[in-house]
Amino acid sequence: MNLRAVWAIYRVEMARAFRTVLQSIISPVISTSLYFVVFGSAIGSRITEIDGISYGAFIVPGLIMLSLLTQSISNASFAIYFPKFVGSIYELLSAPVSYLEIVIAYVGGAATKSIILGLIILATASLFVPLHIEHPFWMLAFLILTAVTFSLFGFIIGIWARSFEQLQLVPLLIVTPLTFLGGSFYSIHMLPGIWKTITLFNPVVYLISGFRWSFYGKADVSVAVSLGMTLVFLATCIAIVAWIFRTGYRLRN
Amino acid sequence: MPSILSISGVSKTYATGFKALKEVNLDIQRGEIFALLGPNGAGKTTLISIICGIVNRSSGTVTVDGHDINRDYRAARSLIGLVPQELTIDAFETVWATVNYSRGLFGKPANPAFVEKVLRDLSLWDKKDAKAITLSGGMKRRLMIAKALSHEPRILFLDEPTAGVDVELRQDMWAMVRRLREDGVTIILTTHYIEEAEEMADRVGVINRGEIILVEEKAELMRKLGRKQIRIELRAPLASIPDELARYALELSGDGTELTYTYDNQSDRPGVASLIRDLEASGIQFRDLDTKNSSLEEIFVNLLRQEP
Repeated sequence: MNLRAVWAIYRVEMARAFRTVLQSIISPVISTSLYFVVFGSAIGSRITEIDGISYGAFIVPGLIMLSLLTQSISNASFAIYFPKFVGSIYELLSAPVSYLEIVIAYVGGAATKSIILGLIILATASLFVPLHIEHPFWMLAFLILTAVTFSLFGFIIGIWARSFEQLQLVPLLIVTPLTFLGGSFYSIHMLPGIWKTITLFNPVVYLISGFRWSFYGKADVSVAVSLGMTLVFLATCIAIVAWIFRTGYRLRN
Repeated sequence: MPSILSISGVSKTYATGFKALKEVNLDIQRGEIFALLGPNGAGKTTLISIICGIVNRSSGTVTVDGHDINRDYRAARSLIGLVPQELTIDAFETVWATVNYSRGLFGKPANPAFVEKVLRDLSLWDKKDAKAITLSGGMKRRLMIAKALSHEPRILFLDEPTAGVDVELRQDMWAMVRRLREDGVTIILTTHYIEEAEEMADRVGVINRGEIILVEEKAELMRKLGRKQIRIELRAPLASIPDELARYALELSGDGTELTYTYDNQSDRPGVASLIRDLEASGIQFRDLDTKNSSLEEIFVNLLRQEP
C-alpha cells in the first residue's frame, strides 16, 4: 500500500477546499440559512408540525442531505475531472499507485469535505431551531455512508465526463430534482396516492428518511430499508468504479 | 550490459482503429542517453505513454529493470520519471507544494533538502512559493522537470523537452542531463531538434508510422549513413564538366563557377586527393574549397524519404 501517495493526494484535495473556502464552506452555509428563512419561517408559519416535529426542525436532516449529496458529487467529480481536463492526470497514471489507493484518496478527500460541511450546516441549523438527535451513532453512520457513496458517484461522473457541460449535467438534471422530490421539505405521506408510490422509486427518499429517523426516531420508510438502499447504492458505485479501473475506461485509452 | 528497459512486440491500436504502434522492439542500455526521433504522429509519445503506464497497450511486453510494467507496476513505475511534452500543471498549487506532492505520489518519504537541491539546480528556488499559474512558460517547463526528478528516478523520459524553450533553459537542461547521466540515470528523449540528438545522444532510434526503422550508435550512424560534400570555387567559369572527370559525378552550378562533389563513407567513389589531382590535370584552377559532413538531420530526412 502506497500510503504516502494516498496522503499526498488527500492533502492536495483538502488544501484545495481551504483555498476555495468561500465556495466550499461559506456558500452552502448561506444557502442553508436562506432555506431556513424561506421554508422554515414562511412555510413553517403555515405547517406548524409534521409527525409531531416542528417544521423548522423537520427540514434539518433533509437540508443536510441536500448539501451532502450535491457537494459530495461536485467535490469528487471536479477533483478527478480537472486533472483530466488540464492533462496533469498523466502524473497520477504514471505513479506507482493502485486503483484502490486513487479511489481512497480522492473519494476520502471529497467525503471528508462534505462531512465537515454537513456538520457545519448542522451547527448553523442549531442556531435557528432546537435540535434533538435521538440516534447519534446512526446519524453519523448515515452521514458517512451517504458522503462516501455520493463521492464515489461523483468520481464516476468525473471520469465519464468529457466536458464541463457533462460534468454539470448529472447533478443538475438528475440529482437536484431527486433531492427536492426526496422529501427534504415534506413527509411523503403528505403526497396524494399515486405520487407516494412513484416517490418510492426515488433513492434519495430512503437516504433522507433514514437520516431523519436518526434525529427524531420517525421515518417515512423503515430504517432497515433505508440502510439497505444506501448500501445497495454504495455497492453499485463500487462495482462501476471497479469496472472503470479494470478496463481503463476513459482513463488509459 | 543488461538493458534497463526492454520493449518487445508492443502494438497499440486505438479505439478509432488507428494503429499507433506496430510490433515495436527496443532495448535501452543502462546509463545511456537514447534519442528517439520521428516525425509528428510517428508514435513516440504513444510508446512513452505505454512504458509509463498512461496508456494501455494492445499487445506485447515491457519490462523496466526486470519488472513487468503490469504485474510489477509499482516497482517499474517507481524507477521512471516523465517530463511530458505539454505543460500540464495544477495551476493553483505553489512550486514547493506541487514538487513535494509528486515525491509523495511516488511513495518517497519527505526530503526537503533533496527537493531544495532539485529546485536550486533548475533555478526554481526563488519561485518556490509562487503559484504555478504565475510562472512563465520556461519556468513551467523547469517545474515539470523538477516534478519528474523529485522522486529520484533511474530512468528519465524527456518528451520534446526543448520545444519552445529559450537558449538559456536549453543549455541548463542539457547540463542537467549530463549531470544525471554521470549519476547513472538512463535518459530517453524525443526531439524534433535533431542537432540536439546529434550533440547529446549515445544511440539514436528512428520511428516512423509506428515502426522502429533503425536503432544505431550515433557515431556509427553518422559514419555509415553520413555523407561528405566538397564545394569547389573555380577561378574561371566552366561551360561543362570535362569528360575525364565524369566518374566523379560532379554537379556544376548554374553560373559555372562552382563544382560540388558528394561522396558517402561507404561508397567506392574515389577520394578527394584524386579529384584534386584530376582537376589540375584537366587544367581547372580553383580559388577555394570547403568540405561539409552531413548532419543527423539530413540522415534522418533521407531515411524517411526511403520509406515506402
